[in-house]
Amino acid sequence: MIRFINASKRYSSGFDALQNVNFHMAAGEMAFLTGHSGAGKSSLLKLIALLERSSRGQVIINNQNLAKISRRRIPYFRRNIGIIFQDHQLLFDRTVYDNVALPLIIAGFSHRDIGKRVRAALDKVGLLNKEKKYPITLSGGEQQRVGIARAVVNKPPLILADEPTGNLDPELSAEIMGLFRDFSDVGVTVLVATHDLALISQLPYRMLTLKNGKLINDGLPVL
Amino acid sequence: MNNNVKKRHNQIRPGLTTLLGSYFLRHIQVFFYSLGQLSRTPVSTLMTCMVIGIALALPTGLHTLLKNAQQLSGGWESTAQISVFLNRNIRTSQAQKLKSDIQNWPDVISVHYISREQALIEFQELSGFGDALKALNTNPLPSVFIVKPKLSSTSDEQATQRLLNKLRNLKQTDKAQLDMQWVRRLYAIMNIVERGVLILSFLLALAVLLVVGNTIRLAIQNRYKEIVVMKLIGGTDAFIRRPFLYTGFWYGLFGGIIAWLLVSFALLSISQPLEKLTMLYQNQFELANISFLTVLILLGISIFLGLAGSWFAVGRHLREIEPQ
Repeated sequence: MIRFINASKRYSSGFDALQNVNFHMAAGEMAFLTGHSGAGKSSLLKLIALLERSSRGQVIINNQNLAKISRRRIPYFRRNIGIIFQDHQLLFDRTVYDNVALPLIIAGFSHRDIGKRVRAALDKVGLLNKEKKYPITLSGGEQQRVGIARAVVNKPPLILADEPTGNLDPELSAEIMGLFRDFSDVGVTVLVATHDLALISQLPYRMLTLKNGKLINDGLPVL
Repeated sequence: MNNNVKKRHNQIRPGLTTLLGSYFLRHIQVFFYSLGQLSRTPVSTLMTCMVIGIALALPTGLHTLLKNAQQLSGGWESTAQISVFLNRNIRTSQAQKLKSDIQNWPDVISVHYISREQALIEFQELSGFGDALKALNTNPLPSVFIVKPKLSSTSDEQATQRLLNKLRNLKQTDKAQLDMQWVRRLYAIMNIVERGVLILSFLLALAVLLVVGNTIRLAIQNRYKEIVVMKLIGGTDAFIRRPFLYTGFWYGLFGGIIAWLLVSFALLSISQPLEKLTMLYQNQFELANISFLTVLILLGISIFLGLAGSWFAVGRHLREIEPQ
């Protein structure tokens, strides 16, 4: 599902965000991406979502070489990826329902389909009763769950999460991680960038560790 | 197990018929959504539309006035006539004979003879100098032939000039003049005015384009975050562009309607004093209001300008917004 072959990212400032990164994630696999801030976690996720393009090497997602995707095709490519952000990226002038419905509206689903799928997604994250609320009235944990519902509403085969528990207390964080595990259990590929080692070191999932743009460790945590 | 996983993970996509049906539905939704967005800020929307309306009303109003002037003067060209003033010593019988001679010329349609006595009566009636004329012992007016030249076309200037010279050279003629010179001059002036209106229209259309462009640019900036989110979750440029284009459409439509109303009211308000004026000239003239076709063209142009303005703004600024 995700394959990096000697992928490097150098910004125009000359800063090497990623250097010769190699790894492969099979479809349905779940992994954590860790490292100190500035180690290159965000850059790696950006390469996958085509927010940035690699300077050298190749990134292959879902059997597509990203170098071959033209700018015009990027929106269609992104619809296959559910992205979850630390700051949620919700639209505050729209209700929870409208926020979650946005990917479906963009993809052109019918009105009836949208209703069904949005409620299913909200049900999954336990916010079915908040669909008419505005995001600003929700707690941080609830807002993050709205973000997750939006990311999974069109059932993408790949979910990326950038510090999804960054602002949450341990209990809520564990809850969010539980959601990701559920998605993984039904075959979605999940890659979560986090520096919350205390949380993930207890979980039996693969861990990719970045340091100064290099992949220095790839394996299961030592329990 | 693997199979099972695959089946569950075929990503869901809407079907083709759903896509086609929903495509038009989306357009209609965005059409009204953008209208709703505008109605949320009625004052600034109205101000923008007023600016567009006033900018468009000016050339439209001038165009309509010009059309009226052309219509008013349009009949004059066909009434081109040559007044031939005869020597005062010509007697009526001689004049009658000359009249029938001239009538037989190939380039003459008709000759109307006004005797000295008739001319005097007419002059007394029309000029208001009747009493002054009574004080004179003799009739100061000459007899006149009103000669209508045969014109193959209104621009047949040379033929008219030849006829004029021929009439001038008659020994019975005191003076012959073409009552057209001033109409020609008027036409020439109107041509210049028409050109001026055209240039003004062009400049004001450009202004409308810039006004809409700038308004849409601000709207894009206001919705920066929304655009970023749309791009992050796979919104195409066309999808993101659409509401802004429809916003431009609405600006154009409302601006055009305001221009129409402004011109109509302006014409209405000057029509009465104008009627009074033409009555003083013993003329019946009704100011034509802005025609249906002109309204259609006005609305078409204003909608086009709204769309074009927003298209430029969106094209310029949407690309600059990329999620970081």
